[in-house]
Amino acid sequence: MKKVKLIIDGKEVEAEEGKTILEAARAVGINIPTLCYNEKLAPYGACRFCSVEISKNDRSKLVVSCVYQVEDGLVVKTSTPKVIKTRKMILELMLGSAPALKELAKEYGIEKPRFKTEVTQCILCGQCVRYCAEVKGANALTFVGRGVNRRVAFVDEVVATGVCMDCRQCYGVCPTGKIPRETDGAYFGGNLLSEVLAKTGRK
Amino acid sequence: MAKLRSPQDLERKRQQILSQRDPNKPCVTICSGTGCHALGSDKVAEAFVAEIEKNGLKGKVDVRRTGCHGFCERGPVTVIFPEEICYLGIKAPDVPEIVAQTLVNKKLVDRLLYKDASGKVIAHEGDIPFYKFQKRIVFGSNRLIDPKSIDDYIALGGYSALAKALFKMSPEQVLQTVKKANLRGRGGGGFPAGVKWQTTRDAPGDIKYVIVNADEGDPGAFMDRSLLEGNPHSVLEGLIIGAYAIGAHEGFIYVRQEYPLAVENVSVALEQARKYGLLGKNILGSGFDFDVKIHRGAGAFVSGESSALMTAIEGKVGEPRPKYIRTAVSGIWERPSNLNNVETWANVPLIIEKGADWFTSIGTNRSKGTKIFSLVGKVCNTGLVEVPMGMTLRQIIYDIGGGIPKGKKFKAVQTGGPSGGCLPESLLDLPVDFDELTEAGSMMGSGGMIVMDEDTCMVDVARYFLTFLADESCGKCVPCRLGIEQMVEVLNRICAGEGRKGDIELLEELCEVARDASLCALGQTAPNPVLSTIKYFRDEYEAHIDKKRCPAGVCKALVSYYIDPQKCTACGICLRKCPVEAISGGKNLVHIIDQNKCTKCRTCFEVCPPRFSAVVRISGEPIPEAVPLGTEVARKKGTQE
Repeated sequence: MKKVKLIIDGKEVEAEEGKTILEAARAVGINIPTLCYNEKLAPYGACRFCSVEISKNDRSKLVVSCVYQVEDGLVVKTSTPKVIKTRKMILELMLGSAPALKELAKEYGIEKPRFKTEVTQCILCGQCVRYCAEVKGANALTFVGRGVNRRVAFVDEVVATGVCMDCRQCYGVCPTGKIPRETDGAYFGGNLLSEVLAKTGRK
Repeated sequence: MAKLRSPQDLERKRQQILSQRDPNKPCVTICSGTGCHALGSDKVAEAFVAEIEKNGLKGKVDVRRTGCHGFCERGPVTVIFPEEICYLGIKAPDVPEIVAQTLVNKKLVDRLLYKDASGKVIAHEGDIPFYKFQKRIVFGSNRLIDPKSIDDYIALGGYSALAKALFKMSPEQVLQTVKKANLRGRGGGGFPAGVKWQTTRDAPGDIKYVIVNADEGDPGAFMDRSLLEGNPHSVLEGLIIGAYAIGAHEGFIYVRQEYPLAVENVSVALEQARKYGLLGKNILGSGFDFDVKIHRGAGAFVSGESSALMTAIEGKVGEPRPKYIRTAVSGIWERPSNLNNVETWANVPLIIEKGADWFTSIGTNRSKGTKIFSLVGKVCNTGLVEVPMGMTLRQIIYDIGGGIPKGKKFKAVQTGGPSGGCLPESLLDLPVDFDELTEAGSMMGSGGMIVMDEDTCMVDVARYFLTFLADESCGKCVPCRLGIEQMVEVLNRICAGEGRKGDIELLEELCEVARDASLCALGQTAPNPVLSTIKYFRDEYEAHIDKKRCPAGVCKALVSYYIDPQKCTACGICLRKCPVEAISGGKNLVHIIDQNKCTKCRTCFEVCPPRFSAVVRISGEPIPEAVPLGTEVARKKGTQE
């Protein structure tokens, strides 16, 4: 495999072509915080929390390190003021809907979010949906709705086959603990698609 | 119909069509575009057919239903050839007079012609200011052809550019011509089409796709719709030429389900092109194979974004992909896929036919050719206009658009759709050019142009566009889903009179993160309506927040209506028209608005006769205390004149 050389936070790093900035950074002990990233799953790039600043040809921009692949000569900075400002705002926005993030938010100096939004306890990182599809191949979870009405739901028909009963691996990947907390073990509901649709006034 | 197997066959076909047509034979064309259709053009067309028969002119006069002519404000529009006499605002009962006078007696019906400000009538379409200042190289054929007739398109020389490309040019030469013409994407970004084509052509892989983006969803925009409805073959011909240059054998037309006529006309066009051998195996005997499928969009604005559109074509939910690799390299099913918008494709046959030098002779240094705009809002001549790049906003709005109705003052023009920005009067002399508009904080976008007058509140405008974007955000990434939601929240409270100190800065903070960190262009450009209105109309934001005043008098929570007892003549109009019975008074008694009942619908303000002007709109100031009920009016009806 071809190797490329890049600079992360002033440190010269060698990484295999095709690796992401996040993988290259973690391999040399540079930590970039993530929320929707899961090394077992395909990059998703939704929370934007792992944003870093890259510069190429005298121009710099933010990219998400879990998706952007290493390139020769790439200069990456993982904690510029712009990066920190962005992460802080993302966290503050999410904290409104998922108070479970408050410990992490404290690390960034956020005590109380300035924003009011519906508390869903879910940050829509999609790890449960993607894990179920990509690792288990069961497709028992799905997204429904769009914008602020986007939700995660268990597909009734799949749950009815009994596949979820012995699995429960989505419990473990949920960063806010919503799924284990809200999903009833007996019929595996609480967030069934039919229930979510009924709650949002759709059928 | 036998397939056309060579360029000579195509030319023979064209000559055969022309030999059956007499250019001097009168032809009545009736605009059947969306606007005119809604205004009853169907009935007008039926009336022409019936009336022509009644006058014994059947076979001597042709009737043709065409696509959109563009002058929607004055529809239904009819143009009578060969003289090109243009009648506007025709209703079916007007038709007998037109047939008797113009077709039989060769006389004009003055009352249906365009009249300029001085009252002078203008008979010829091309002399009407709305058309005179345009340059309709792409859109102009709409008025000449029946969109369901491939013969009409061929009669005008249609598909000869395709024949030229296939037989006289190599794919590389076609590509170089488009590159040299510097055709930039008309869908929003303004990315050079030739460079994109080259990327797809050079990308590894045997299977490549070309796609038409007809997912136009900007509020107030209907350029692509009208082009696809009115001249589908021009888009198709461009697509086939592009496929040849790129090396693609399959194409898609992604068109909104909400555009049923576009779907219908494109379907007919594809079928006809297949029958003629212009689509399918061995096109015109050249050995080049290409075919197209129509994919109907399921009603999501974000699906106009390239990666979301391609995901939708794959049969999945139309959401953007997080990848940093271009769809030109890895698009539909991870194969190289070249996406251009409707108008971009429609320019291609013209460039191939007339050459890159011709194309670059039109426009500015870095923006070549023309651009179609949908000119809407507070402008006299609403419609679709095609102008050379470099024309100023002022020329478009005043010379073509006829200025602002009712003598109102211009305030702003919004270009580029919901992701564009609002430009103030001081920038009216800005030329339309991809880079100039972007530098000014707006963008060309796909060509929406919404004119706003003094009665428009710019905070409310920002709120409108952001609410639209919040509804259309797919919700996948945080800065867009929650960032736009919070921007709407802040804008809502400013409009509700609950704005706080620091709200402008908070909006700017949210905008910066949405712009820099969102996954796709929807979130990245969502801040534009907010940032451009803050930049050019900051005083309006400050008036709302600091003085609780809406300068345009739009935001209901900040506006009150009051009847000046010195001016009220007790005419009773406002009293009768008030929908909530909030106005009391009687004969010779001053009318008084009950502020608790008033819903601020502004009906009283609008119906109070201008010669009285007794109803006053108040914002940011206390409402004067009302006179006691039963106070007699100071001035009597009729005494003031």
